[in-house]
Amino acid sequence: MKFSDIGKILDAELLTGCSGGEAEFEIACSADLMSDILAHACSGAVLVTGLTTAQAVRTAEMADLTAIIFVRNKRPPQEVIQLGEAKGIPIWVSKFNMFESCGRLYAQGIRTARIE
Amino acid sequence: MCNETLYSQAFEIQGMDFINAGRVSSAIKETLKSLDVPPRMIRRMAIAAFEAEMNVVCYAEEATCELIVTEGFIKVVITDKGDGIEDVELAMQEGYSTATDLIREMGFGAGIGLPNIKKNSDSMVIESVPGKGTRIEFQVDRNGQGDK
Repeated sequence: MKFSDIGKILDAELLTGCSGGEAEFEIACSADLMSDILAHACSGAVLVTGLTTAQAVRTAEMADLTAIIFVRNKRPPQEVIQLGEAKGIPIWVSKFNMFESCGRLYAQGIRTARIE
Repeated sequence: MCNETLYSQAFEIQGMDFINAGRVSSAIKETLKSLDVPPRMIRRMAIAAFEAEMNVVCYAEEATCELIVTEGFIKVVITDKGDGIEDVELAMQEGYSTATDLIREMGFGAGIGLPNIKKNSDSMVIESVPGKGTRIEFQVDRNGQGDK
């Protein structure tokens, strides 16, 4: 799935200048608990979360995640968007809740880990 | 001679400073990138450092953090002033946590931080004196075979 399709598939608004453009991603992870993401997420995954603090961006940075989608239309504070911008991590906000967002990504072929 | 220090850098971490939490780990990650460390090794070190940094922010008053890079290993040593850990063995058990609601609101406090540092490093030593503080040291071997 292309990063540029996130807006359409998840009824999401891009909050950062960087978007990932026409590049593709194939894996995602979801949690509100960053400890879980740090312990289990694969590098290259897109993070789907309801946690809109700077720790979500830091977690994405450390774990080499490629983008963040905030669910339930939760808009992060401006400094969180700026941090994403500074780290080159695109941030979207989706109107859907976590379950619906993950379901829509799954329906597009996105999985939790790469098939080796 | 493979353990001769090629690079070292010292940082300070403040307890309860959730705004800046992650800056030190971010700086460590950038440094390792500039030293051409392989991405997989950088990721393990960055995750371990971030977990340890969040532990300081969540539970300690302040800490010093030292990054040491040699040809043989990359090591981080964090020495904090704080309450320390009463029972290190118990703290190493997955799921054990003394986190407050504030810490959980930040997305942490699941009780898997220390085990995750162990998982993302090739060796880890933790020593704590209750009432005084904790010293944690972890390293990734540069000739290692990746994740354990």
